[in-house]
Amino acid sequence: MKAGSTASAFVAVLRRDLVVFWRHRSDALNPLVFALIVVTMFPLSLGPESQRLAPIAGGVTFVTVVLASLLSLDALFRSDAEDGSLDLLVTSGQPLALIAAARLLAHWLGTGLPLTLAGPLFATLLGLPYAAAATLAGALALGTPLLSLIGGACAALTVGLRRSGILLALLVLPLTLPVLIFGAGAVEAAASGATVQVPLLFLAAGLALALPLAPLACAAAIRLNVS
Amino acid sequence: MNALTLWFHKLGSPPYFYRFAGRLLPWLYGASIALAAPALWLGLFRAPADYLQGESVRILYIHVPCAWMSLFAYLAMAGAGFVALVWRIKLAELIAMAAAPVGAAFTFVTLVTGSLWGRPTWGTYWVWDARLTSELVLLFLYFGVIGLYRAFDDPRRGARAACLLALIGVVNLPVVHYSVVWWNTLHQAQSVSLMSGSSIHPSMLVPLLLMALATHVWFFASVFARARIATLEQEAGKEWVRELARAGSTA
Repeated sequence: MKAGSTASAFVAVLRRDLVVFWRHRSDALNPLVFALIVVTMFPLSLGPESQRLAPIAGGVTFVTVVLASLLSLDALFRSDAEDGSLDLLVTSGQPLALIAAARLLAHWLGTGLPLTLAGPLFATLLGLPYAAAATLAGALALGTPLLSLIGGACAALTVGLRRSGILLALLVLPLTLPVLIFGAGAVEAAASGATVQVPLLFLAAGLALALPLAPLACAAAIRLNVS
Repeated sequence: MNALTLWFHKLGSPPYFYRFAGRLLPWLYGASIALAAPALWLGLFRAPADYLQGESVRILYIHVPCAWMSLFAYLAMAGAGFVALVWRIKLAELIAMAAAPVGAAFTFVTLVTGSLWGRPTWGTYWVWDARLTSELVLLFLYFGVIGLYRAFDDPRRGARAACLLALIGVVNLPVVHYSVVWWNTLHQAQSVSLMSGSSIHPSMLVPLLLMALATHVWFFASVFARARIATLEQEAGKEWVRELARAGSTA
């Protein structure tokens, strides 16, 4: 890989983000702990009977994952915008969409992947059958990258603000509803013995659509905000 | 350059747009009221009451045109946003941002009239029907655009970010709609259908179409009125606005 090439820029951004993530690895636990706390709230508010919790376990877990993936979005571009490194990335001459894609990939590895691994465990805590938990793992594997992509585009839109606060959630959540519908739909289909292929394929189609489009939207939003 | 493109370029200039919209506005408001009045009279008094839904069916003469407008306004906003981002026309930013609250208002009216209609018809103010849910999500999308626009200190930067969000939303809108339809068919064996198979009688169609025209004209009137004021705010301090203010204070 030649120094200064586009591929090396991609790898450099990815490596730097992963190193930063690793240095602050205790922060990375926060979304997981948050998700676990939210999951704990459901038995406490609805009652501990498994016949009441088991039917909603998949949906509750998916909502929890969507909320937990919101937490780290604000930090995605903000610190870079504040210390000026975002301007350097914009003026580096490398395709900004690809750099944004590297950042989003690192975000998914740091937030989406742990949630994908922990989600089925949380759902079984609520009494989701093991067979449906496997489907949940598949739905999360397809859904969490989508959450990172959509969330990343919205985070880039708010990077020019001093604080995005609750506004970012207001922007991201309506756009992530299809992910929630198909993800939770797949789990419900699995729990009721129906075919899980259709919602999972829809999720995969959404991922195929968002994978090229979201980094482009991200790049356009960053350009609007730093220029 | 032919006359039409010349006029189009002129329209992009704020003082020209301000005067042009000012002359157009009374006509637009007038036409809208002239269309809405007979539509309301026909719909509320002349059209037959439905043999199943009774008199409450008359709400639909307001509900249905507003529902059409809630989508139309979003497309208009996204279209203006596209023009604003691609050709960097300031006026298009203002038009897009003026369309957002108007569209949100139409969406809100749709939801309120729909739930008022649902109470006697379905026996409840709200059901998680596909259409209702996707209309609610549309309202959230409007709130997102308005919220993002208002959050920026620099209104131009806010407008451009909100235009981009409107474009992202327009890609997402069909996905949201069809996923909600799919979700609904998964959960409900049969959804409540509004007019099952029956073709609409002219006595109902005429007020509906008149009202649809009236709401379209009202939308443009409202957007132009808002964009006109936004133009003044944005151009405050420019010479033509000062002259306008001086003329206003002496008159």
